[in-house]
Amino acid sequence: MKRLVQDERPLVAIMVDGDSISARAGDPLATALALAGRLRLRASPNAGAPRGAFCHMGVCQECLLHVDGALRQACLTPVRAGMAVELRGVP
Amino acid sequence: MTHDLIVLGAGPAGANAALAAAQAGLKVALLDEQDGAGGQVWRQPLPGLTGLPVSAEARSGDALRAEISASSVDLRLSRRIWSVGGRFRVDALGPQGNETVEAPSLIAATGAHERVVPFPGWTLPGVIGLAAATVLIKSQGVTPGRKVVVAGCGPLLVAVAAGILKLGGDVAGIVDLAGRRDWLAALPSLATQPELLGRGLGWAVKIGAGRVPVYFGHAVKAAQGEHALERIVIAPVGRDGAYASGPDITLETDALCIGHGLVPGAEVTKLLRAEHRFDRLRGGFVPVLDAYGRTTVERLLACGDGAGLRGAIIAEQAGRLAGLAAAHDAGVVPADRFAQIADPILAAISRARPFSDAMAGIMALRPAQVAAIAPETVVCRCEDVTRGEIDAAHEAGAHDLNQLKHFTRCGMGPCQGRMCGDVAAELLASKVGSREQAGYWTGRPPLRPVPFDALMGAFDYSDIPIPEPAPL
Ligand SMILES: Cc1cc2nc3c(=O)[nH]c(=O)nc-3n(C[C@H](O)[C@H](O)[C@H](O)COP(=O)(O)OP(=O)(O)OC[C@H]3O[C@@H](n4cnc5c(N)ncnc54)[C@H](O)[C@@H]3O)c2cc1C
Repeated sequence: MKRLVQDERPLVAIMVDGDSISARAGDPLATALALAGRLRLRASPNAGAPRGAFCHMGVCQECLLHVDGALRQACLTPVRAGMAVELRGVP
Repeated sequence: MTHDLIVLGAGPAGANAALAAAQAGLKVALLDEQDGAGGQVWRQPLPGLTGLPVSAEARSGDALRAEISASSVDLRLSRRIWSVGGRFRVDALGPQGNETVEAPSLIAATGAHERVVPFPGWTLPGVIGLAAATVLIKSQGVTPGRKVVVAGCGPLLVAVAAGILKLGGDVAGIVDLAGRRDWLAALPSLATQPELLGRGLGWAVKIGAGRVPVYFGHAVKAAQGEHALERIVIAPVGRDGAYASGPDITLETDALCIGHGLVPGAEVTKLLRAEHRFDRLRGGFVPVLDAYGRTTVERLLACGDGAGLRGAIIAEQAGRLAGLAAAHDAGVVPADRFAQIADPILAAISRARPFSDAMAGIMALRPAQVAAIAPETVVCRCEDVTRGEIDAAHEAGAHDLNQLKHFTRCGMGPCQGRMCGDVAAELLASKVGSREQAGYWTGRPPLRPVPFDALMGAFDYSDIPIPEPAPL
């Protein structure tokens, strides 16, 4: 994924499984993670296969992850400075 | 009652319904989970992202948002509607926690979501929906990958490819399920909306100038890669959508945007037990409506793509009509005035119909494409249920969609069957005889998943009231 327009929104740091990643404040978390090269967000419950954001509009639930300890949809969660993201169970 | 009318969804349909009803004098609440009105087609850009190219859609969206703020409509954004009951009470989760609104009339305008007919590898990270790509392009200024392949059917194909090129991105190919002949057959109907046809042709020119290879009459056979998408294999298909003979072609790509039309999100009308009927052209089961959008449940109306796919132009008009009908039913618009306003809107809808039907036809689900799904392909993403397991459940006695859910957990996961429901129903229909026989998932709250912590708030054990023990 790549942003192709000028973006003057502030860059902030977020924690992803303990790593610091820089992201644009206000970007949907799913987009911010993909821009940082993190496409795999979780493992499917039965087969354990890799999954990532799919519908980007809040419907499919493929981008479920933990933000500050609570389960959230990454495509609907805006990036805030210092948020702690956990990708539990990514293969 | 907090309001005279509640409108669910602030897309072209819901926003215009709310405006029309408010103009007629009703106190209207308009709820949407996005943080700006405009719905899918006129989605608001991310706040502060100023470099996005200006488009006709962005202008329409801005005009609509301005009109709403100048009106008396009580617009409540960032509200996820999760429960609708009574006559009528709506619960929505917002920034301040749960919120309840009540009114004697309700309009459902919740729009559509994407249909993707499964193929091996469609669950790999890097494969996204075609409508998903429009969200990234239009409101976020992002291209889904370095070398994007756009695949599936319908007008979003060219819109997405042209959108990526306009941003300056690279499109490695367009894989269109429809053949040149299908587009030519649709042309006379499309020509009835010269402005939209012109926009489409503009996109086509951009795609031609970008030297993007277009594979007409082809479908994606498989997406491959170890941890994420690396390549796809495409193959020719016949007019019915089933694979035809011809060579496989492999395309290197890091992003596949794929969609096979849209499915109406008719969950509110299903939840309230309005009557529904199957309409393939309109995308699936849709509420039975009169010409103005009234359902079979009193004071419940529906409009826009959530009530059957008819596109943005008709969504606007149908919204106006539903808002007006709600106001008429509430007794604030006399019959002669109602007819005076409604008749020209009905005429505008008839004029827009040929275009809308032609588009819907290109996007409608092709049964032969579903029949060609391989047994080991995952159909239900949430629960990893394969086509083979669905067939086996039918053998074991699952004869409608709700039984299938109980047998296999297909549709029981967090997406609540939105992603797989239409395809699972089509698979079952091929065995039980019809989509009517296969039926649809029973509507139940919560309409959308809501985090329990957000509903409950933070509390300690000591905050829980414990009643005095009864005297001995
Ligand atoms: C992702 C996507 C992209 C599309 N892009 C285009 C395009 O580029 N061009 C085009 O012509 N058509 C496009 N379409 C088709 C589009 O649906 C219609 O043309 C048009 O937007 C229909 O208007 P509507 O008001 O019926 O629905 P929508 O515009 O979809 O509006 C429905 C609204 O309801 C809200 N909503 C739904 N459920 C809930 C809930 N439980 N809680 C709170 N809010 C809720 C949604 O957030 C949305 O804002 C797209 C469709 C999708 C799904």
